[in-house]
Amino acid sequence: MLAFIVQRALQAILVMAVMSVIVFVGVYAVGNPVDIVIPPDATIAMREEVIRRLGLDLPLWKQYGIFAWNLLHGDFGRSFVYNMPVLELIGGRLPATLELVLISILFATVVGVSLGIYAGVKPDSLLSKLIMGLSILGFSVPSFWVGLILILTFAVSLGILPAGGRGETVTVFGVPWSFLTLNGLSHIVLPALNLALFKLAMMIRLARAGTREAMLSDTVKFARAAGLSEATILRRHVLKLISIPIITVFGLELGSTLAFAVVTETIFSWPGVGKLIIDSITVLDRPVMVAYLVLTAFLFVMINFTVDLVFAAIDPRIRSGRQSA
Amino acid sequence: MTGPAPTTPAPGKATPPIVLFWREFRRNRFATVALAVTLLLAFVALFAPFIAPQDPYNLQTLSLMDARRPPGHVGSGGYVHILGTDAQGRDLLSAILYGLRISIQISLAAGFIALTIGATVGVLAAYVGGWIESVIMRIVDLQLSFPAILLALVLSALLGQGKAQLVTALVAAQYAYFARTAYGAATAERRKDYVEAALATPLSARRVIFRHLLPNCAPPLIVVATVQIASSISLEATLSFLGLGLPVTEPSLGMLISNGFAYMMSGRYWISVYPGLMLILLIMAINIVGDQIRDQLNPRLRR
Amino acid sequence: MTAVLEVRDLRTEFFTAAGTVRAVNDVSFSLDEGEIIGLVGESGSGKSVTGFSLLGLIDAPGRITGGSVRLNGSELVGMSRGELRRRRGREIAMIFQDPIATLNPLLTIGQQMGLALSAHERLSPKATEDRCTEALERVGIPSARARLKSYPHEFSGGMRQRVAIAIALLHRPKVIVADEPTTALDVSIQAQIVTEMKMLAREFGVAMIWISHDLAVVSGIASRILVMYAGRIVETGTAAEVLRNPIHPYTRGLLDSMPHATRPGEMLRQIPGSMPSMLSLPPGCAFAPRCPRADAACTAVPELVQQGGRSWRCVHPLTQPDHEGATA
Repeated sequence: MLAFIVQRALQAILVMAVMSVIVFVGVYAVGNPVDIVIPPDATIAMREEVIRRLGLDLPLWKQYGIFAWNLLHGDFGRSFVYNMPVLELIGGRLPATLELVLISILFATVVGVSLGIYAGVKPDSLLSKLIMGLSILGFSVPSFWVGLILILTFAVSLGILPAGGRGETVTVFGVPWSFLTLNGLSHIVLPALNLALFKLAMMIRLARAGTREAMLSDTVKFARAAGLSEATILRRHVLKLISIPIITVFGLELGSTLAFAVVTETIFSWPGVGKLIIDSITVLDRPVMVAYLVLTAFLFVMINFTVDLVFAAIDPRIRSGRQSA
Repeated sequence: MTGPAPTTPAPGKATPPIVLFWREFRRNRFATVALAVTLLLAFVALFAPFIAPQDPYNLQTLSLMDARRPPGHVGSGGYVHILGTDAQGRDLLSAILYGLRISIQISLAAGFIALTIGATVGVLAAYVGGWIESVIMRIVDLQLSFPAILLALVLSALLGQGKAQLVTALVAAQYAYFARTAYGAATAERRKDYVEAALATPLSARRVIFRHLLPNCAPPLIVVATVQIASSISLEATLSFLGLGLPVTEPSLGMLISNGFAYMMSGRYWISVYPGLMLILLIMAINIVGDQIRDQLNPRLRR
Repeated sequence: MTAVLEVRDLRTEFFTAAGTVRAVNDVSFSLDEGEIIGLVGESGSGKSVTGFSLLGLIDAPGRITGGSVRLNGSELVGMSRGELRRRRGREIAMIFQDPIATLNPLLTIGQQMGLALSAHERLSPKATEDRCTEALERVGIPSARARLKSYPHEFSGGMRQRVAIAIALLHRPKVIVADEPTTALDVSIQAQIVTEMKMLAREFGVAMIWISHDLAVVSGIASRILVMYAGRIVETGTAAEVLRNPIHPYTRGLLDSMPHATRPGEMLRQIPGSMPSMLSLPPGCAFAPRCPRADAACTAVPELVQQGGRSWRCVHPLTQPDHEGATA
């Protein structure tokens, strides 16, 4: 088990190193950030000064060296636009995003898995067909359009839910949270639902496919032959058998939900990291873009690492080092 | 458990597999309708200039008098704006047809380029093996663990607006799916004894790749292609919605929706809603067709 | 001897898009207490479906469409799902071919046995552990109590099948349906398991239906043999008689294709052709297209002839038993 953790940890570090190079080269090597930082009427001398201050006169590998060294010390640079440390900027926006993402994905998983199992157990029932129709719809409808429709329906036409913002927040441990107040909760419903829809569709499919396969497996037949009730079979055998793909996808989707939060936050003016990155992209605020990408990559690596560990906890075959076919 | 043996068609003339495939496809009425819708939309997009009541980009035909009129309004052009008009006084139906054209163009281009690059990379990795294989596939896997939308977002931000830039961003975001799929199918085939044997003989590499590896990759690649084309339509619309995709002069469906967003709060829903419905119809039809193809190509689901 | 299981004219059909398949067609037999019978046939002959039908475990699009299955005197066909469930595992149990697939890889042996126990009995954790340990010891698993915490992948193939047998025996059922229980195992272990199951059956007074495609394995354990072809039973008799004097040409074919029926160096004889598609069975005797003795008389379904403790469905039997049950 320890060897497994060490091996995965080393892999994670390697991936992070590679990602930082790609992100750095990708973002810094393209275009010229100087033009954004200094006013167009600046003198040549001022220009030279800025270039030197930002270290842009150094060879690329040296720039990366400084960048990586600073990263390791938790220094992600200063935002060109906000003129404050990027880490502080992102840190301040992170709770809003995390709150939104976690609520969405938990909702999608709980509801999606339940519906998916039902559709897998009774593939021919009318309700199952309805569920599957919904899942195709959820897959096909672009997330941003659903957001618009949600606003149109609940905020504009019915006027029962707010169209944007975070609403009232409660500060716990110095961090503001929306879901703790009724007003905040009413603000989070629409964006969370919007963000959850695609994941919901995916969870439904995954759970349905896994359940169908499990229900036809010899394990389930043998359990039936031993007289186990269908409820017990579902709870103890099927749920366990489908848990591995669901946890994988849960982990992977946690990351992609973060990415999709960019769209949802833009539509609902949710003051999270996604909104920040879109604003930064439109004005080419490079330090913010780089920091966001590096942090997202880091988050991804951590999620994958955790998923691997959870696997090992669930699947005894991995724990004992024998990969099953 | 031993089930009944599958039916074998009556002996006689051998039916080509594509005909058999179509016969099975046709049995799913839902998918057949979806295929018809897909083809119809493709046709309408192709011939948009001949079908649309108005050329939405010819500024001379536009009049601000006609701006933001609801569906059914008879404009200064003397014809009914069935779906209303947008903020510039464009006939929305015409704008949608042209937008559809652009959306399909971009996603098809991106899909084919991503397919070509992905299949090449994947099959190459499977064929060459060794450290090249592990390096290529590590990169592909790394990229797959990263959400495509983020990659496309950053790339299109860096590359700027424009069709070519957008296609590049979409290809970069999507080729990895094709590469993974082609690699999977090709390695499965490569491990088979007869390919190993073929590799040991002085047969040309081309023969092994084109006769054995590529044909085996085709079915899963077709499935991935339908999924990816649908998703790149959605991705393109999303980017355009965020103002990152195409320039204002070439509005795709996503941009039409984005343009209408501002007017939605005041109840002028049609500017956003109708392009959105068209977008959904297109994506859904492609997805349903793709689903059916996947089910038909997947032997495990057959009973 | 009293019959624990009586099957009369059992019929199981699958309603597929391509047509209706009668996988089990008018199958009748009875099983005495403690008796072991072999149900033999090629894959697709309907022998496994017969086994599943006995437990009422036919999934859609299949259904038992006729006949009767009486277990300990009560009729199973048409019984409510709940009542059927209460009988499964307690009165009739089943063992499958592949122990890797039957045991859940993610649960310990103890958990899986506990689930099977709690399906019919409420026991304290301690009592459950004792019962499971005892059950594992009976099938010859060393240090049984410790192994309750093991996962299936930590056992060898033969040991896994022993675990499955232990689960099947937990409630001391009257009947066990064993569907090719040794086919997935190494040959050396096959023989062990066969011997052990024979002993366990005698010890517990369990009657068994041993389903196999392999006449050789079946002849080593069963006292009676039923030969199945295309959903019908085509020949029955005591194991010794069926092996020595097959009546149906299909049984002869099966015997000839056994390795020890040929001399060393001689080619294995196979039955020409293959099982017809169950969707388009020939009219009359389903074996006729592959049968060396077939003629015009075979276009009608042959009646079941019963004589001298044997029965067969063939208009051109190879031999006829005399009334004393011994043949020339």
